[in-house]
Amino acid sequence: MTEAAFAYTTPTDALVAKFAGSVAIESHGQSVVHVEKSSLADVVEYLRVSEEFTMCLDVTAVDHLQDVERAQIPGIKRERFEVVVNLISHPRNIRIRLITQVPESDPSVPTLTSSFSGTSFPEREVYDMFGITFDGHPDLTRILMPDEWVGHPLRKDDAPARVPVTFKGDPGPR
Amino acid sequence: MSLTEEELTMQITGDSSGTDSLDDVAEDVVEQSVIAPDLKRLSRQTGEGSQELRPLQEIVIAGGPWPELEGDGQTMIINMGPQHPSTHGVLRMMMELDGETVVRAKPVIGYLHTGMEKTGEELTYVQGATNVTRMDYVSPLSNELVFATAVEQLLDVEVPERAIWMRMMLVELNRISSHLLFQATNGMDMGAVNMMLYGWREREEVLRVLEIITGLRMNHNFIRPGGLAADLPDGWQEAVLGVCEQVEAGIADYDKLLTENPIWQSRTVGVGVITTEQCMALSITGPILRSTGFPWDLRKTQPYLAYDQVDFDVIYTDNGDCYDRYRIRLFEVLESVKIVRQCVAKMPGGDYRVQDKKITPPPRARIDESMEALIHHFKLFTEGFRVPPGETYARIESPRGEIGCYLVSDGTGKPVRMHVRGPSFYNLQAISPMMEGRMVADAVAIISTCDPIMGEVDR
Repeated sequence: MTEAAFAYTTPTDALVAKFAGSVAIESHGQSVVHVEKSSLADVVEYLRVSEEFTMCLDVTAVDHLQDVERAQIPGIKRERFEVVVNLISHPRNIRIRLITQVPESDPSVPTLTSSFSGTSFPEREVYDMFGITFDGHPDLTRILMPDEWVGHPLRKDDAPARVPVTFKGDPGPR
Repeated sequence: MSLTEEELTMQITGDSSGTDSLDDVAEDVVEQSVIAPDLKRLSRQTGEGSQELRPLQEIVIAGGPWPELEGDGQTMIINMGPQHPSTHGVLRMMMELDGETVVRAKPVIGYLHTGMEKTGEELTYVQGATNVTRMDYVSPLSNELVFATAVEQLLDVEVPERAIWMRMMLVELNRISSHLLFQATNGMDMGAVNMMLYGWREREEVLRVLEIITGLRMNHNFIRPGGLAADLPDGWQEAVLGVCEQVEAGIADYDKLLTENPIWQSRTVGVGVITTEQCMALSITGPILRSTGFPWDLRKTQPYLAYDQVDFDVIYTDNGDCYDRYRIRLFEVLESVKIVRQCVAKMPGGDYRVQDKKITPPPRARIDESMEALIHHFKLFTEGFRVPPGETYARIESPRGEIGCYLVSDGTGKPVRMHVRGPSFYNLQAISPMMEGRMVADAVAIISTCDPIMGEVDR
């Protein structure tokens, strides 16, 4: 538990110093770092190898298409989608959240499965629900919806009850 | 990865007794309670030879797309589930078998997907608790607590002391009922059908107490943003303390029935082994992580509510097999009973929710005499309240591991995104490495001791 073993006081400082375009903020007492989409996998790998982050707790995404009010962060160009990664370091007992902006025109981010194989399920879920692809994922298929499903349900422009209820296999008038 | 155990233990144990091996835990428990099982017995090896249990007959239902066969054609791919008594709902396992040995296994999920995260975006923050409580239907209060915590973080609201202790007592009672359900279904899956009846019996007593307090057996919608729905009813102490004794007597029975049972041991010891490194890589939390010798429990390591003011131990073992996962859940019940007793003794007075007219409804009597109270009541239950823009991730230790709620607000009355990190969803990833090289009969034990709740997996 010697902090001197690390080159920087906190992992957020390290990320801001090492990866261009990273912006560190604090959100309700939790440390959050906005990182570039292209460097997301490198940031996670760096945190795992050099900063003792031992587990990737969660990978999820947000669709900001219809936001009424959205906080602006200096140095960050806000895009439609955000991919959110929650990491924890058990030996240091700290958490960090990485957020990366994903444009609607190119909804893809590098996969994190090479650093943490447990991100396989949540990345498939994000792909299924938002249509964001994870480049290099070994098995990027739908996980919750049926394979033949069209659309991505958690996108804001994918309206609920868009598919009408029918009984086409049922004999008789309908 | 430098995870030295001493460092962690130092970090985790706040007091001198602290987190320690099962033997030391045993001494504490035995001192406190006469009817608690004699835990010292557990570390002793029996002199009796073990007896091989006849493998249960598997019911295999084939269907769905069949992947291409690997190898020399000697292997066979079968489906287990989604309609299978041992899959705890609608889990489907695809298994490639070589004879009776599982070569590889893949969980296929989504059969219970009902779009609850999408629904959460359509509901106000007041209504949101009714939605999340139906995710992990075996421990609904954990879901409500994590959602309420996230909303309170965004609102920047502190709940009163009594609400904190009430929440802690309710969540621990819920942990007891959840682990009792595990004991019941786990026993049934491995052929101890009487265990199912015993487990349900004690769980029903706990649910009866929850019904006295919250009004419902399950899906309580009792922990709400800003506090709780109601105060504790008259006579709650007797009900809670009474059920504590019943649960301890029940645990003593299960311990006598199973723990040293040679059939039970030959069915579980050394089956479905997983290591700490695998757990770390696969994001596995909760009893499965603790069974690998890694004493990580958010109640100790990153305390929330008032867990730093109560005395309890983190149970952990070293082998990472089905037997250890069974034992950990058995003894965690006793730790929860300890916490519940302390909650009863230390329950502070005061209000059970914040008195903020914009967040919590006015008392019923005020509505008759005050126009403002009527307006606030009406606005709260039609439009809900507005939450400042922002994002937060709240997390607590549910009976199955870390449950998290990632909440994004844009300043309106409904969340932009309400994501729940269900521990079962991640824990399911452990099934594949646990099953490889084991028998089909062991697959049932492995699924069962992972304790997945499909409502939380599929959401």
